[in-house]
Amino acid sequence: MTPEEEKEFVRRRKARNVVIALGLFGFVVLFYFITIVRIGGN
Amino acid sequence: MNTTTATFAPTLPADWRDFLALTKPRVMSLVVFTGLCGLLAAPGYLHPVLAFTAILCIAMGAGGAAVLNQWWEADIDALMKRTANRPLPGGRMRREDARDFGLFLCFTSVIVMGLAIHPLAAGVLALSIVYYSVIYTMWLKPRTPQNIVIGGGAGAFPPLIGWIAVTGEITLMPVLLFAIIFTWTPPHFWALALFVKTDYAKAGIPMMPVVAGERSTRQQILAYSVILLAVALAPWAIGGVGAIYGAAALALSAAFLVLSARVAFRQSQPGDTMKPEKQLFAFSVLYLFALFAALVADRMVLA
Repeated sequence: MTPEEEKEFVRRRKARNVVIALGLFGFVVLFYFITIVRIGGN
Repeated sequence: MNTTTATFAPTLPADWRDFLALTKPRVMSLVVFTGLCGLLAAPGYLHPVLAFTAILCIAMGAGGAAVLNQWWEADIDALMKRTANRPLPGGRMRREDARDFGLFLCFTSVIVMGLAIHPLAAGVLALSIVYYSVIYTMWLKPRTPQNIVIGGGAGAFPPLIGWIAVTGEITLMPVLLFAIIFTWTPPHFWALALFVKTDYAKAGIPMMPVVAGERSTRQQILAYSVILLAVALAPWAIGGVGAIYGAAALALSAAFLVLSARVAFRQSQPGDTMKPEKQLFAFSVLYLFALFAALVADRMVLA
């Protein structure tokens, strides 16, 4: 792997990690509110 | 299924934008819209957080099914100009990654729908995913020129699921919403197939213009447009909606019928620009948006 390819590899991996982190955080927040609503509804 | 695409297996990890592109965001916008309309038009109340969750699940399910569709069809997509640059035929992603991503989206959407919203909504969502990715993509699309008629069933699920998310039951009204999209799909897609038919022929997909000929396809477009007029007016005829929807359905379906008739009563010449076909295709997208918007507007006014 050339230095340019390695740089690109690291960049893509980092971008993917950020997207996955945001997605997971979004689900945590969503499940929190779903729980509150469902408990409140019963 | 062969392994053509595996020969350009990339060494770099796929860009996240390519994962997003696999979910077909533009198709998803119509799915989200019709799902939301089904949800808003249904009688009853769903908490906004749960409504958001239901739409998110419908979108994730549709996205996951689209990913599985492209995972399965990567070799076919590589042969068509319109699809050759998708992430898999473009060699920007490993095939297994697409499969796993698609399965993850599908399972997550069904599980969350079942736990947060309603088991029946989750069941129908699961059915719609299996219908699109297995029955349509893997089984019937490469085998019969009726593939578009069958595929229309897959696109018709979102308003049904949105409705069930609110009511928890299947009644005649959401089934009619299903029937509208089901009947709308063949003229919508065959209009497109008329002006991109060379591509489908090359990929060996039995599209109606290739198998039955252009003339027959044009007649069938008109036939479905007549049925669509009747089906689109049915919710009003059974008293499920008011005059706003009735008037919109009549005007929109009549315009759809006129545009279809223009397509039906002509033959393409060599070097034809296919303008009537392109206009019908463009209008068909507007038609569905406007019809479902009218459905929701009607419900809002009644309530």
